[in-house]
Amino acid sequence: MKSFRRYIDKIKPQFEKGGKFEKLHSSFNAFETFLFVPDTVTKSGSHIRDAMEMKRAMSVVVLATIPALLFGMWNVGFQHFLSIGQDAGLWTEFLFGFIQVLPIIVVSYVVGLGIEFAFAQFRGHEVNEGFLVTGMLIPLIVPPDTPLWMVAVATAFAVIIGKEVFGGTGMNILNPALTARAFLFFAYPQDMSGDKVWIADKADAFSGATPLGDALVGDPISASVSDMFFGFIPGSIGETSTLAILIGAAILLFTGIASWRIMLSVFVGGLLMGLIFNAWGMNGYMNVPAYTHLIMGGFAFGAVFMATDPVTATQTSRGKYIYGFLIGFLAVLVRVLNPAYPEGMMLAILFMNVFAPLIDHYIVQSNIKKRLKRLKTINIELK
Amino acid sequence: MSTEKVKREPLFSTKYRKLLTIPIGKNNPITVQVLGVCSALAVTVKLEPAFVMALSVVVVLTIANVLISLLRNGIPPRIRIIVQLVVIAALVILVDQVLKAFAYDVSKQLSVFVGLIITNCIIMGRLEAFAMANKPWDSFLDGLGNAAGYGVILIIVAFFRELLGSGTIWGIQVIPQGFYDFGYKDNGLMILPPMALIVVGVIIWVQRSRNKELIEEN
Repeated sequence: MKSFRRYIDKIKPQFEKGGKFEKLHSSFNAFETFLFVPDTVTKSGSHIRDAMEMKRAMSVVVLATIPALLFGMWNVGFQHFLSIGQDAGLWTEFLFGFIQVLPIIVVSYVVGLGIEFAFAQFRGHEVNEGFLVTGMLIPLIVPPDTPLWMVAVATAFAVIIGKEVFGGTGMNILNPALTARAFLFFAYPQDMSGDKVWIADKADAFSGATPLGDALVGDPISASVSDMFFGFIPGSIGETSTLAILIGAAILLFTGIASWRIMLSVFVGGLLMGLIFNAWGMNGYMNVPAYTHLIMGGFAFGAVFMATDPVTATQTSRGKYIYGFLIGFLAVLVRVLNPAYPEGMMLAILFMNVFAPLIDHYIVQSNIKKRLKRLKTINIELK
Repeated sequence: MSTEKVKREPLFSTKYRKLLTIPIGKNNPITVQVLGVCSALAVTVKLEPAFVMALSVVVVLTIANVLISLLRNGIPPRIRIIVQLVVIAALVILVDQVLKAFAYDVSKQLSVFVGLIITNCIIMGRLEAFAMANKPWDSFLDGLGNAAGYGVILIIVAFFRELLGSGTIWGIQVIPQGFYDFGYKDNGLMILPPMALIVVGVIIWVQRSRNKELIEEN
């Protein structure tokens, strides 16, 4: 490691002002800070530095997705061997899924980081770490048989139109990973229908209905509640196992990166809407027990990893309750009432992303008004 | 004996040329003034209807601009909007009838959007802002330039939407069958109106980053 550090130091002057590769400065900087702790010291004024900066926060989120990812890889293999009627054992199943899923992750990272680097280079910014999480989330929310070129196109669309157009990480209105998913959903609906996904080899393409698909056509849900909770069901790579997602949620909450207010209120909103439908009970889908909505499809994944994205969520504490509640509420509403969109979670989160600044605005305004009023009453009393 | 000769500007002096070219680029009605976006989203799924639409707008706007410019000194200011609308409506109905007679299929594809040229903000805007105060030749060039600026954007948007959304250009298959055999699929999002908005947005983005003076200060 030391010799590597020395090598970096040796080539560094070439990337600084006046050096041979001055233009590539931001790429070099990105690699250097990715590998080593930067040695720049604050020189003027006083700054309070927290150990938690963006790079570390992003790494923790990536870490939190690992249980869902590992489980997803195994589940891809498990579903494959299940559909061809074999019992292959844990490691063979995992290996099959690993080989299936790894290229998607690689493509997502290569395309996304490539574009990020190109933009940073072009604009003379520093490359920042925003894509590390997005690049991991995109593979987790696509079906395992998504063609790689589609993943590449969707990632490019999400990074350029979803993020760079607005000014890069931290400036985006919509969650980039969900933008990629929405792009795939609307552009290639046949591959991405949400109610049926591939679970077997391409040679004998066989689609298994997901629980969402069952519920949509009014069939009783074929998977048991425990299967849905532990995730032994077909579905997008990272979303099937509520348990694995909850482990991730625990990591995020323990480190304080994700907001518990949002997570909690998403689940409450979904549960409440489910109960309202239960009370209404017009058709089979409305009678689905409310709690199953929380473990079916991408609900839990969206609540834990997507809704809590600090950039696109609301910033005020009260706003977070409203934002989360409406996400859960709308997700179940879309699921049950709109047969064209079997998975309402994606649309609900994107929709509320758009409204987040508005919610914040009104909460800030009402605070200002309240304080002005308080000030007025104090003034009157003083007189 | 003293017949003062009025100096006439040549027909294509710099000033006149600018009237024609500025609306196509630097002051484009769609990308800079953001007018007429509604029809740009609606008719650009395929290249052919977009082209016909652009042509119709060129005809209507140019003739309307000249007519209003000729009438400008006789129009009472209080009822000028009504007079302008009568002129536009008459021209649009003519265009609609011609399309129905000679290009029935395209006319059917465009459906109400030919009739809706009447409400296209670009046309009312040019009549009110330019033709009411300028001579016929100026107005002719201004109308032609603005309509062309509108048409150019329409055609660019329609080109990309048709190519990526249906794999065709002007109805002719251009993406080879081999691509499809290999797993390529047409992008369904391109056919939906939101993508037209995004394509227009990308054009605005490209134009502004090439032409820095268009960027607003804030």
